Amino acid sequence: MNAYGKTSAPAASAPAIELVGIDKRFGAVHANKAVHLTVERGSIHGIVGENGAGKSTLMSIVYGFYEADAGEIRVGGRPMAIRSSADAIRAGIGMVHQHFMLVEPLSVLDNVMLGAEGGALLEKGEAQARRELARLEREYNLVVDPDAIVGELSVGLQQRVEILKALYRGADILILDEPTAVLTPAEASALFSLLRALKEQGKTVILITHKLNEIMAVTDRVSVMRRGEMVATLPTAETSPPALAELMVGRRVLLRVEKKEHVPGDVALAVEGLSVVDERNCLRVADVSFAVRAGEIVGIAGVAGNGQSELLEAIAGMRRPTLGRIALDGRALDPAEHGPRTLRRLGLLHVPEDRLRTGLVPAFEAFESAALGFADDPAYGKGALFDRQAMVADLAAKMEAYDVRPRDPRLRTSKFSGGNQQKIVLAREIERDPRVLLVGQPTRGVDIGAIEFIHRRLVALRDAGVAILLVSVELEEIMSLSDRILVMCGGRITGERRPHETDERDLGLLMAGVTERAA
Amino acid sequence: MDYTTLLTIADSTVRLSIPLLCACLAGLWSERSGVVDIGLEGKMLAAAFAAGAAAHASSSAVLGLLAAIAVSMAFALVHGFAAISQRGNQIVSGVAINMLAAGLSAIIGNAWYGQGGRTPPVDGAARFGELVLPGAERLAAAPVLGPFYAEVVSGHSLLVYLALAAVPVTWFVLARTRFGLRLRAVGENPAAVDTAGISVAALRYAAVTICGALCGLGGAYLAIAQSAGFLPLMTAGKGFIALAALIFAKWRAWPALGACLLFGLLDAVAIRLQGVVVPGIGQVPVQAIQALPYVMTVVLLAGFIGRAVPPRASGIPYVKER
Amino acid sequence: MSAPIELPKWADVVLVPLVSVTAAFVVAGLVVLSIGENPVEATRLLLAGSLGSGEGLGFTLYYATDFIFTGLAVAVAYHAGLFNIGGEGQATVAGIGAALVCLYLDFLPGVLLLPLGILGAAAFGAAWGFVPGWLQARRGSHVVITTIMFNFIAATLIVHLVVNVIGEPGLTETRAFAAKATIPYVHELLAPLGIALPTSPLNLTFLLALAASYGIWLLVYRSRLGYAIRTVGANPGAAVYAGISPARVIMIAMALSGALAGGLAVNEIMGVQHRLLLEFTSSYGFVGIAVALMGRSHPGGVVLAAVLFGILYQGGAELAFETPTITRDMVVVIGGVVILFAGALEGLFRRLVARGLGVLRRVRAAAPRRAAAEG
Repeated sequence: MNAYGKTSAPAASAPAIELVGIDKRFGAVHANKAVHLTVERGSIHGIVGENGAGKSTLMSIVYGFYEADAGEIRVGGRPMAIRSSADAIRAGIGMVHQHFMLVEPLSVLDNVMLGAEGGALLEKGEAQARRELARLEREYNLVVDPDAIVGELSVGLQQRVEILKALYRGADILILDEPTAVLTPAEASALFSLLRALKEQGKTVILITHKLNEIMAVTDRVSVMRRGEMVATLPTAETSPPALAELMVGRRVLLRVEKKEHVPGDVALAVEGLSVVDERNCLRVADVSFAVRAGEIVGIAGVAGNGQSELLEAIAGMRRPTLGRIALDGRALDPAEHGPRTLRRLGLLHVPEDRLRTGLVPAFEAFESAALGFADDPAYGKGALFDRQAMVADLAAKMEAYDVRPRDPRLRTSKFSGGNQQKIVLAREIERDPRVLLVGQPTRGVDIGAIEFIHRRLVALRDAGVAILLVSVELEEIMSLSDRILVMCGGRITGERRPHETDERDLGLLMAGVTERAA
Repeated sequence: MDYTTLLTIADSTVRLSIPLLCACLAGLWSERSGVVDIGLEGKMLAAAFAAGAAAHASSSAVLGLLAAIAVSMAFALVHGFAAISQRGNQIVSGVAINMLAAGLSAIIGNAWYGQGGRTPPVDGAARFGELVLPGAERLAAAPVLGPFYAEVVSGHSLLVYLALAAVPVTWFVLARTRFGLRLRAVGENPAAVDTAGISVAALRYAAVTICGALCGLGGAYLAIAQSAGFLPLMTAGKGFIALAALIFAKWRAWPALGACLLFGLLDAVAIRLQGVVVPGIGQVPVQAIQALPYVMTVVLLAGFIGRAVPPRASGIPYVKER
Repeated sequence: MSAPIELPKWADVVLVPLVSVTAAFVVAGLVVLSIGENPVEATRLLLAGSLGSGEGLGFTLYYATDFIFTGLAVAVAYHAGLFNIGGEGQATVAGIGAALVCLYLDFLPGVLLLPLGILGAAAFGAAWGFVPGWLQARRGSHVVITTIMFNFIAATLIVHLVVNVIGEPGLTETRAFAAKATIPYVHELLAPLGIALPTSPLNLTFLLALAASYGIWLLVYRSRLGYAIRTVGANPGAAVYAGISPARVIMIAMALSGALAGGLAVNEIMGVQHRLLLEFTSSYGFVGIAVALMGRSHPGGVVLAAVLFGILYQGGAELAFETPTITRDMVVVIGGVVILFAGALEGLFRRLVARGLGVLRRVRAAAPRRAAAEG
């Protein structure tokens, strides 16, 4: 029995879900390439992969949020046309999104009932919902006060409400997208016991994650996605974190960058005990300390969302650190003057991770974007007005040096390709003779030719004695550019390596939070 | 001030607060669903014109009311189309609705009746007369409560009681029905509603339609209950005070009644205080009292006293995220 | 689906506003038809009334002066990503500022009094814009709602001042300003030079409006401050990255916007009425929204749109005189439709234009092939 009145009893032997040749493109991005997947009934099935491997897209298709361009979804052996979330719910599929789909000012009960109210008046449905919640509480030890306001609950409890929502709608198949990203370790282990209990009751669980220890701890089978493709499906018992890490990152042809032996100088950037709490009161960076020397590239590896962005923004003065000290050339920065303007003056420049949202103004003509952060430069005009000819000439020269195409400083910024936009940002920052350069995702969405160019520039800059802090989710980029590698997971630095002493498997483990002690 | 004066003030408070209440509840429906509406003023004005014209033509107050509601709903749907289907700027659309209503009502009124934009005066069956509630006359003699019942509670038009009834109905529907739950949810987090398999657009269209109906009620009250015909710009900013009342009520039904009564009271008192010298203070500037609702709203919005937090998704078109 | 629709620049600047304005006129024409008048005849009367005589032209430009200022006010705020619908209130308070100077400092010579009066208007208007800006930047209250409230507060404030404090007893206006406190009419200025112009309210404020347009163009597109304003409006994330404080820019832009709205008061109070009176803003502050939307928030576009609305207002007055069924409220309708089409339904019109251009391109691409096949 369930509140949704689902009647179709699936065939007992058929797999819970089969995906056949699912294909999906978003414009130029091929998110899913002919993906096949079989998930057995009553099992916990893990799906792992790096950022952008296509896991979330695949599951959004199963939940009807997007429609696949090609392919078939079979639920309980029967082909299903899932065009909307309503279709998915009817097919017995429930999903716990990474960003919860909860209405915060409403009560737990209201949230659970939303869309499955059981009648035009709430009263009758409410009584039934309370009974059902009580039953679920008994059965799975899912304790939540039905009258609590969701917005006032802890993240762990909110997630519980999401699971209750799915179960209340009679979900037989539960998809969880990165469920532990926001949980404390205690909450995570409570979640895992819940998932096991669900399995006991014959439910099917699909767990999307990039944390290998979770896969090992809780799943029966695991599928690995890489760059939109499903590369393997294995029984968990027959694999290991190193094997999975290797499957996740694959054996790629490394873009080799010619690099001389580096001669590090004095410490140019020192970070001590830095912690950052974000707007939602979440600890994003936890007690991070490191130093970058002149003439050295320090790479920070990690899966996106593990505090690298916040770390970068804090050092760049865009975000106020909660705790800790930052020193440039041995001089500690006064938190009051720690803003982007001061830092630029002191020689700390920044190629931000997201060029469209931060690094450029897409609506501006290119030469205006190329002045972002340096609008006060007297070379761009004395007094209140700009000398536009000087600005255009300045960018024209940089375009020549960085081979930006088309070489038109008056073209609107949004009309350049990603690689050329990135070159404009790099030219703007690098040509200002930085002492310290922060670089975030320098080659995201950039074509191969531009990648090589950007990598060579960064190495040349390092050889010229600049201290470079590189943040990238591309492991090969980190491996080929860095002189030292720091790995971040959950806001902490989980390890430090030299590139010749490590490999992608080793780094993958650190990125997944499997530290030396735990391994 | 004697009891009779108090009763008179209470009575005009009710009369003055009714158009505010209609517009305020209308705004409540729209904004709780996530559609910001600063076009309440325009819808109410268009409705008042429609009521005046239709009541004149048909000699029926009820037909006047229905015409008011229909016209106001049509404007509401234009706003809905811009805000929901086209994901346009809801503020800009609201400004446009206000101007369209002001211009069209004046032009058409002038073209039809040639009386400087007014509709011809209506009376009798073309107007909602004052109802005497049962027992009002008999109880009037009873001490204290009797006159209150006779003067303040009784003796209003049907539309007053309809508007007052809209308060508990609004509360009940929002708090106790499936539609209300979904509506409250869509104004806070449309993605949650979408993933629950419910159409965000359908809910929002329903909400703006109800908003239109309530503005229609308010407009009809102005033209064929409170007055005997439409006058150009007769809403005189009431749609905006209603917006202030809505903020004051923090987007809830019963507090909306309270806020509208309060603002109606301020209005009633201001009219009576015109030219009155209060001992010790001197002549009270009436304008200070008239400005009070707006000043209080600004102070409230700035968080100097309490905090007024609008529905989280209001004003933001819903776009499925990638 | 939600991606911005990219159009060629010329289409963006010319075609989209043109299509939406044309659509607005079609709607207005339908209204004229529906009340039983002839739209073509109405248009002829309108154009003749506004452009057909020196007097008409004078009135047209006088109205345009008001709309340039209110349009610029909306445009400047818009560049900072703000929607200032408080032009009415800012102009009202600016009128108070101008009047205070003209009434109480009129012992000063005219050369000092006039600039001071203009400054008074600008300063009061700026203050009335700054406060909502400050409230948004520092207290998080939305500028739209606050400016609506400030419109009404300004309306009661001026009534109080004029009726109870600075007005003539029993009247709803102040005494007339001294002659030296008034901005000269164009026809009076040119008369000594032997150029005889018909009498019209057109005064030197028009030149001030043109100068302000040029100044705002310089400021927005050529200055460092304008760069900061546009960055905050177009990409707040980039502003933070660049070290520009969005809060500071919001306050500056709102003050600037209020000061510009004050130009309406200069034209009406110091230029034409020569006294402070109630409701001199005549909803021109709201017309400014239509003007700014139509002019794509570019000062050049604002001037053109303001002249168009000047034509509509003056021509509308003449039209109303000739055809009593069509009142000047027609202009308000056109303003409303322009705001709806060029503002709220902009996406729809952009899509239509994009589709139209696409069809055109395909037709043009197909034509040579067909010609080749036939030849």
